[in-house]
Parts: sequence; structure tokens; C-alpha cells
Amino acid sequence: MSLRATAATALRVLRQLRRDPRTIALIVVVPCVLIFLVDQLFADREQVFQQVGVPLLGLFPLVSMFLVTSITMLRERTSGTLERLLALPLAKLDLLLGYAVAFAVLAAVQGVVVSAVGFGLLDLEAASSTALIVLLAVANAVLGMALGLFLSAYARTEFQAVQFMPAFILPQILLCGLLVPRNQMAEWLQWIAALMPFTYAYDALSRAATESALDARFWLDVAVVVGVTVLALALGAATLRRRTP
Amino acid sequence: MSGAVEIRALRVERGGREVLHGVSLDVEPGRVTGLLGPSGSGKSTLIRSVVGVQIVAGGEVSVLGLPAGSPALRPRIGYMTQEPAVYRDLTVRENLAYFGRIVGVGADRVEDIVERVGLAAERDQVVATLSGGQRARVSLGTALLNGPDLLVLDEPTVGLDPLLRRDLWDFFHELAEGGTTLLVSSHVMDEAARCDRLVLMRDGSLLAVATPDELRERTGVDELDAAFLRLVEQGGP
Repeated sequence: MSLRATAATALRVLRQLRRDPRTIALIVVVPCVLIFLVDQLFADREQVFQQVGVPLLGLFPLVSMFLVTSITMLRERTSGTLERLLALPLAKLDLLLGYAVAFAVLAAVQGVVVSAVGFGLLDLEAASSTALIVLLAVANAVLGMALGLFLSAYARTEFQAVQFMPAFILPQILLCGLLVPRNQMAEWLQWIAALMPFTYAYDALSRAATESALDARFWLDVAVVVGVTVLALALGAATLRRRTP
Repeated sequence: MSGAVEIRALRVERGGREVLHGVSLDVEPGRVTGLLGPSGSGKSTLIRSVVGVQIVAGGEVSVLGLPAGSPALRPRIGYMTQEPAVYRDLTVRENLAYFGRIVGVGADRVEDIVERVGLAAERDQVVATLSGGQRARVSLGTALLNGPDLLVLDEPTVGLDPLLRRDLWDFFHELAEGGTTLLVSSHVMDEAARCDRLVLMRDGSLLAVATPDELRERTGVDELDAAFLRLVEQGGP
């Protein structure tokens, strides 16, 4: 492992992103617009907006980083740069951590801006602290990055990678408890939800939004999010093959 | 050790088809060895096997005394892929600086290489806006950065103007005189004359391994292009 290679990779990915200001604008502006839409949607039901709004702030980064990473990684695979990098004295972990750092930075920017809009302009409130929500948002972003990195190995084209969004992300949004509380869902759906990483990301956010004193259940959710991130990164590393057919 | 690269009975399958049929070859150290043959003859596959990124079906490849693909070889090999493996959304300098940091060389070396591959004027240009030949040179630059013992170049001079092509071949020989072993593929036979030694390939097998002069002598023709044809017609050496 080398700090130099990790930092170089993180800087390189950030430079590439900087060359694409439209993507950065979309990543930062779109969630702000969406949170405003949700605010307007529940204009007469402030209580519902509070319940849905705060977890949404922390889930946006998961979705955007999943998409950005799966496409970036797919490009790295198809352009030959991955083969080139893996023929160099570069540990796979350095490459993955470089990506993680770069996207965490982007997620932090996104998280701070969207939180400023949500907490500042739209009067959302978090019972624990707003800083904790931003931190959870960054953790979720890294989870999204790790999942995107892993799943990108199973897409041959960018069309396929984009389809992972409805195939992989949408069911998790539906079942995580954001739309219908999980204890009101059919039991078999609850079982499926329990297997989905989104569920724990949502739970942690929801608890941080409504409880001022966070108990062991909250930390268990956080542990699952971190654990799945590490697992996905390890599986992702396994898909980076130095030798290919 | 007779060769910087020693290949024994190498077989490779790609897409369910055998594309290298038991190739054996020694690459002499400190020389420029040209790997020539038509497109689809297995040059890139052979090169990938030497670099250690190709899954092989059988045989042995040893590089600088170690099995191909050994981690200890990674800092000692420079590899240029056939398609330019560079980031299109970064500038020439940013690309080279990134690969430079991975292999552990400084900014001075990066500047040297930028000059070396003739991209001084384009150093701050984004790669996507460069021509195909310029992109190939960025890719070549990344392979040169660490001053490798073995330089493996897959069609490095495609699409370059003749002047630049000559400069690069002179540079290759300069490197060889400094002790670097070079394995360079090309599908244009007029580059064959510039190699110390030639490996002619066709349909996944070696047709001949010889110096340009030996090849002329053996076939009785002066033009290497015609010599290659003669060999094919004879069905081997």
C-alpha cells in the first residue's frame, strides 16, 4: 500500500471530474431541486416532509456516487487504462482507496450544499445534529461508490451500467422504509429489505433525524453500512484482474 | 541466460480459439527486436503474454529471469498498449504526471519525457483534442517514464509522420545502446529494416527469427516486404 499512489489516484479522479463541470453541477444541483420538490409536495403535511426529507438528504449521495463510479470504472476498464495501471507497481487497494477518497470529497461537497438547502432554506430539522447527517451522507456516498465499483465489473457497456440504476437501486429505494414503514410491508418484503444495504443506510438517517440520543440500534446500522462498504470494496478488488483472457 | 525474454511452447486461447500455437522465442537483451506480421497474426497476444496480462493456456514465459507477470517485474517493464491507454479528459502533462507518481518519478522526468515524445507544444492540451498519433505518443511516454529494463511496445509508430517515426526509432536504438531490451511490434514491413532482429509472425506461429540481412540472404530478395511474402509462399523458413 502506498499513500503516494492513493493520493495521486484521488487527485487524478478529481481532475477528471473538474474537466466535466456539467456533471458536478448536476450532482450538486439536482438533489437540491428534488428536495425542494418534496418540500412542495408535502407543503400541507410538514410532518411527512420532516420524516422523508432528512433521510433523502443522506441517500442522494449514495445514488449519485453509485452511478458516477460505475460509469467511471467501466471507462477505466474499456479504455485500457485499467490494464495499463495493473501492469504497474500499483496495489489494487491504492486504486480503490484513491477512488474512495475522490468520491468522498465530491460527496462531502454535495452533502454540505444539499444540507444547507434542506436545513437552512426548507426548515428541515435533525434531532441529533446536522453535522451527523452530512457525515452519514458521506459514508453512504462511499457505500454507493463501492457498490458501483463492484457492479461495474458486470456491465460491458455504459447502457448496461445505467440500467443498474432501475435494476439495483430503485427496488432498494422502494423497500428501505422511505415510502412505506417496513413494519407495514408484507413479511416477505421485510425479509428482502433486511438483505439490502439501503435499508440500513435509511435506518441510520431516520434515527439520526428523529432521536436526539442515539442507541445501539443506530450504531448497528452504521456498522452494517461500513461493513457492506468494505465487503463491496473487497469484492470490487477481486474483479480487478491483472490477467485477462 | 540466453534471452531477456524466454518463451517456450506458449499457447494462448482467446474467444474459444487458439491464437498462439506453441510459440518459442528468445529475445536478446540490449537489442531492438521487431515483431512483425499482419493484423491478427497474434503479435498483441504475444506482447500481452510477455507483459503478464494475458491468461495463457500453456507453455512458459520468463522475463528477466522471472515468470512473466511477477510483481517484481512490474517496476522493470515499460508497456505500451495498442490502443492508447491514457485519460482523454486529462492534459498530456497530467496524464504523464499521474503515471509518473505511480512509478515514483519526479516532475523533471515527466518534462523530459514530454520533450522526448515530441509533445512539448501540446503539454497542456487535453488528450481528447489531440490527433491519434499524438495520443499514441502520450501512451508511449507513460511506458518510458520509469526507464525500464524491458520496453514492450505494441505498434508505437502507427499514424506518425515519417520524420517523427525516424526520430523515435533512433531513440529506441539509443535506449538499446544504454542496455534496454526492446520488443516492438509493427505491421508495416518498412520498419523491419530498423530492427536489430526480426520475428515474423503469421496465424499465431513464428515464420522466422532472423536479422534483416539474414532474412534477405535466406530469401534472396532485398525488399523485406517481398522477403516476408517469399517466406509465406515457402510455408516457413
